[in-house]
Amino acid sequence: MIDRIEQLRSEAEGEIGAAATSEELEQLRVRFLGRKAELPQLLRGVAQLDPAERGKVGAAANAARQALEALIEERTAQLAAAELSAGLVHDAVDVTLPGAPAQPLGSLHVLTSTRRELEDIFLGLGFTVMEGPEIETVHYNFDALNHSPTHPARARTDTFYVQRSGEGPEVVLRTHTSPMQVRAMEAHPPPLYVVIPGRVYRPDSDATHTPQFHQIEGLAVDEDITLADLKGTLLSFARAVFGETRDVRLRPHFFPFTEPSVEVDVSCFHCSGKGFMADGSRCPLCKGEGWLEVLGAGEVDPNVFAFVPTTAANAPGYDPEKVQGFAWGLGVERIAMLKHGVPDLRMYFENDLRLLGQF
Amino acid sequence: MRVPLPWLYEYCDPGLDVHAIEERLTMTGTKVEAILRQGVEHTEGFVVGRVISAEQHPDADRLKVCEVDVGARDGAHATIVCGAPNVAGGQTVAVATPGAVLPNGIELDRRKLRGIVSEGMILAEDELDLVAGAERAPGIIVLDELMLDAELAPGAPLAEVLPIATDVLELEITPNRPDCLGVYGVARELHAATGAPLSEPPWVADPGAEGALGAAEVIVECPDLCPRFTARVFEDVAIGPSPLWLRARLAAAGQRSISNVVDITNYAMLLTGQPLHAFDLDRVAGAKLVVRRAGAGERVQTLDGQTRTLDDEMVVIDDDDGPTSIAGVMGGARSEVGSDTTRVLMEVATWSGPNIHRTSWALGLRSEASSRFEKQLQPEQCMHAQAVAARLMVELCGATLLPGTIDVGGAPAEREVIRLRQARVGALLGLPIERERQAEILRALDFTARDAADGLDVGVPPLRRSDVTREVDLIEEIARIEGLEQLPATLPARRGAAGRLSHAQRVRRAAEDALVGRGLHEIVGWSFTEPSLLDRLQVPAGHPLREVVAIENPMSDGQSIMRPTLIGSLLDAARHNVARNGPDVAIFESGTVYRAGGEEGLAREHHGLGALLHGHLGARTWGGQEGAEAGFFAAKALLESLLGHLGVRFTVEREEWPFLHPGRSAAVHADAQLLGLLGELHPLVSEQWDLDRAAVFAIDLGKVAAAAPEVRAFVPFGSFPPLRQDLAVTLPDAVPAAQLTATVREAGGPELEDVRIFDLYTGEQVGEGRRSLALTLTFRAIERTLTDEDVAPRRKRIVDALAAIGGELRG
Ligand SMILES: [Zn+2]
Repeated sequence: MIDRIEQLRSEAEGEIGAAATSEELEQLRVRFLGRKAELPQLLRGVAQLDPAERGKVGAAANAARQALEALIEERTAQLAAAELSAGLVHDAVDVTLPGAPAQPLGSLHVLTSTRRELEDIFLGLGFTVMEGPEIETVHYNFDALNHSPTHPARARTDTFYVQRSGEGPEVVLRTHTSPMQVRAMEAHPPPLYVVIPGRVYRPDSDATHTPQFHQIEGLAVDEDITLADLKGTLLSFARAVFGETRDVRLRPHFFPFTEPSVEVDVSCFHCSGKGFMADGSRCPLCKGEGWLEVLGAGEVDPNVFAFVPTTAANAPGYDPEKVQGFAWGLGVERIAMLKHGVPDLRMYFENDLRLLGQF
Repeated sequence: MRVPLPWLYEYCDPGLDVHAIEERLTMTGTKVEAILRQGVEHTEGFVVGRVISAEQHPDADRLKVCEVDVGARDGAHATIVCGAPNVAGGQTVAVATPGAVLPNGIELDRRKLRGIVSEGMILAEDELDLVAGAERAPGIIVLDELMLDAELAPGAPLAEVLPIATDVLELEITPNRPDCLGVYGVARELHAATGAPLSEPPWVADPGAEGALGAAEVIVECPDLCPRFTARVFEDVAIGPSPLWLRARLAAAGQRSISNVVDITNYAMLLTGQPLHAFDLDRVAGAKLVVRRAGAGERVQTLDGQTRTLDDEMVVIDDDDGPTSIAGVMGGARSEVGSDTTRVLMEVATWSGPNIHRTSWALGLRSEASSRFEKQLQPEQCMHAQAVAARLMVELCGATLLPGTIDVGGAPAEREVIRLRQARVGALLGLPIERERQAEILRALDFTARDAADGLDVGVPPLRRSDVTREVDLIEEIARIEGLEQLPATLPARRGAAGRLSHAQRVRRAAEDALVGRGLHEIVGWSFTEPSLLDRLQVPAGHPLREVVAIENPMSDGQSIMRPTLIGSLLDAARHNVARNGPDVAIFESGTVYRAGGEEGLAREHHGLGALLHGHLGARTWGGQEGAEAGFFAAKALLESLLGHLGVRFTVEREEWPFLHPGRSAAVHADAQLLGLLGELHPLVSEQWDLDRAAVFAIDLGKVAAAAPEVRAFVPFGSFPPLRQDLAVTLPDAVPAAQLTATVREAGGPELEDVRIFDLYTGEQVGEGRRSLALTLTFRAIERTLTDEDVAPRRKRIVDALAAIGGELRG
């Protein structure tokens, strides 16, 4: 009896060891350990044996069964691991194929992303963002901004006029975002810190001019805002946009609605303000100047404050003897052009996806 | 304005190189736009030569073979073949030797001319760029005819004899500074900017005198438009070409040479800023000039041969035969100086700047004179120009200046005085400046400055009368000369400042970002469009979209109205991209649209958001998946994402728009407010833009912002699982899906969390005129787990409610 058990055990061990698949193993488990298999039968028959035999045979059969069960389990695990490995190998993909289905994001227009970047810089400096009408009266666009009645900007070659039906104020497509200076001051008392982004219009069309373009006006008015404060504010702006090592310089200029008036240059980021490149050639961006003109600015002209009526909305109003401040107007297209190297302004409004997708 | 540097140095020479001058002028407000070179770039190889002999070329009639002494050390003469008719032995001439580079960029080489090697070139004026225009003297320059002061030794550098390499500053003069439209005015700026001494004004030495002048008569009938009119008379005038130095100087300043008298008027203008006009006095009928307002409709022939129709705000100058010129704008041909002129009346007048501006724009007639007068010149400048011109008329034309000056109007005697509070300077600039320094700067700019209690009493120079009228204008003068480089970079106190975006601005950004997240590209279209856009969009007469803002002076008809909708820009961009980049186009625009009829004469503007889909949303990939086809529901899905993201509750109902497919066209509302439109383009409209099926939406972002909650309150959701049940129902076609879901929601009660349509079927099985919709109902309670038994009564109410709108349960 014991011999038979050993024989079964070694036969089973041999076959289990040789089994190549989990199915085969399952068949062997049924054959050697299933209800009708010989070894379990033997175990069940142990009760009928001599008591002297019973212990030995039972122990041997039990040991054989346990050994075979353990062996099957071990072998099952081995086979499962092997089969999993084989399956994983089989499942391998070409990881260099593109993702699918593709989920490309779209893009903001470079003028929008630039405008937002600039807005965010000025938000961080404490300015509120305001907007105003693009179709504007001559009063706000010129008169209240201290333009003399003969100022050339009023000419029909320099400003789009809107057709009027009957009487009413003279209306233009605003030529700058500056009309909102007076509107903002009419609506709010000092101190006032606002930036005004928006679309403006001038009849001009070539690689560096389009009849519509975008500006961001800045206006800060309080009791003691100086030209040095303008310089500091624009220095913060220039460094945020063009890099931490940038510098700004103010050049005297003339605008009807600021006094003193300045043009503001930022040191060229392409040549670090040197005007020439490492190979000694002239910097193509600043044309050797070392500076890039970015905007016009100045201290708000007292005449502009005088144009702001005092009302309940803005009391105590803007007395030129009591308040002072600065204003600037910068071109979004110009900043985007400098930053990204877009060669022709007209491309901004062509809306070719090959341009749009780049930013 | 162009200022030749040697001319500037006559009045102020700081001894700096041209780039240092550029920097000082630019940083004090006179921007140097460019530094130009009149003449040659390098002066090497240009020498004085003496023609030893000039013999006929054996093989060419028009050429001469010259032996020229060019100062060679070995005494050898250069052989130069020359085609000029006036070349002759004994002349001292200008020579370019081999290696010299001419202004046109050509480098001279020895070269054979009809068999004889020419070792250089004898130069004419135009070859050196000495003069502008066609008025050059014919032939080569004969130096000994020029009466130059310089030594004319052969081999001497030509640059020491002739201005063959002149640096010229191209300046941007701001419109408030007509005083800088003259070389002397710029010299004063350079003086203030560098501290270098300034010479006396060139008009101090005046050969003329005040007093009566009988040779001519001037009457000014409109002194409001002509504050000053001066005239002097010259006799025995010999008209001829100007000397080379004058022609060269004018050329460097960008002026053509005409004749000595005309050149003198231009020279005096460039030096003083003040235009002059020379009349041939013998052609001034009655020797009398009358300045008067024109009659309305009066016609005048101007120098350019055109007949101009005037109005009664324009000023003409008459002689006894009628108008001779339009004052300050353009002279007449009748009394022009010509080659036979012997008596010259030199007119120098001051005109009203605004009036000249108006006349010149109204007539479309711009001249050098009008562009100066319109900036408002000052009466004092008249005599500056008369003095400079008188000296040159006597020197260069051999003229006799008659004693006396006609002077109608004169000049104000007193300077305006402005109090400058010392403390205001520092308070405005953020940089305190000592009172002494303030006075020093102002005096350098020709202001007077006297100590006053709290600062200075400053007298304004006559030429700055228009520009400097207030304390702040003086502060600007001080700031720009002291140097804005000195300003510290500080930040404002920012009392009460709090940078933030408004709700509407945040909604706009969120909306744009949502569409970008769904794969759309933002475009920026033109605000301008063409009137025919509305026809192409099939917009009928009387439709609100036809209430457009029209531009009076558009750049073209294609840009003559302001867009009343974003659809046109989107279609234009779609056509551009479909043609170039393939059919899959998903774009949006966030921008202003305009309708006529706003308050205070303005337009009604709103910020719109429009999207257009064409082709597929997302390209086909290797896995075989393809994005949704651009159609009504693709656009609607986008709009649902967008408005859902913003928290806007909205409805979509059928409504026709002229440019949309009549069966696939809808209005979008939030509460009672119309937000915008949604639909597929009308096939005829798509065709106009060469597009296939395309879907769009366009909404008013201002109204969206108003409907979007600024803050969203938390909605509790409990922790119990939902119960889902499906329901299939057939309904008459006429019942819209929105009515179905609304009915189910209403009947489903508060525990009905969601209703979702997951299948739509039409066909034989449901019968003609009906369709089957399958719904998933999601029930959930806050405080317990729901069972089928719990929701059975609700389900029954839903089924009953559906029956009431013609619904029958399936299966
Ligand atoms: Zn550079």
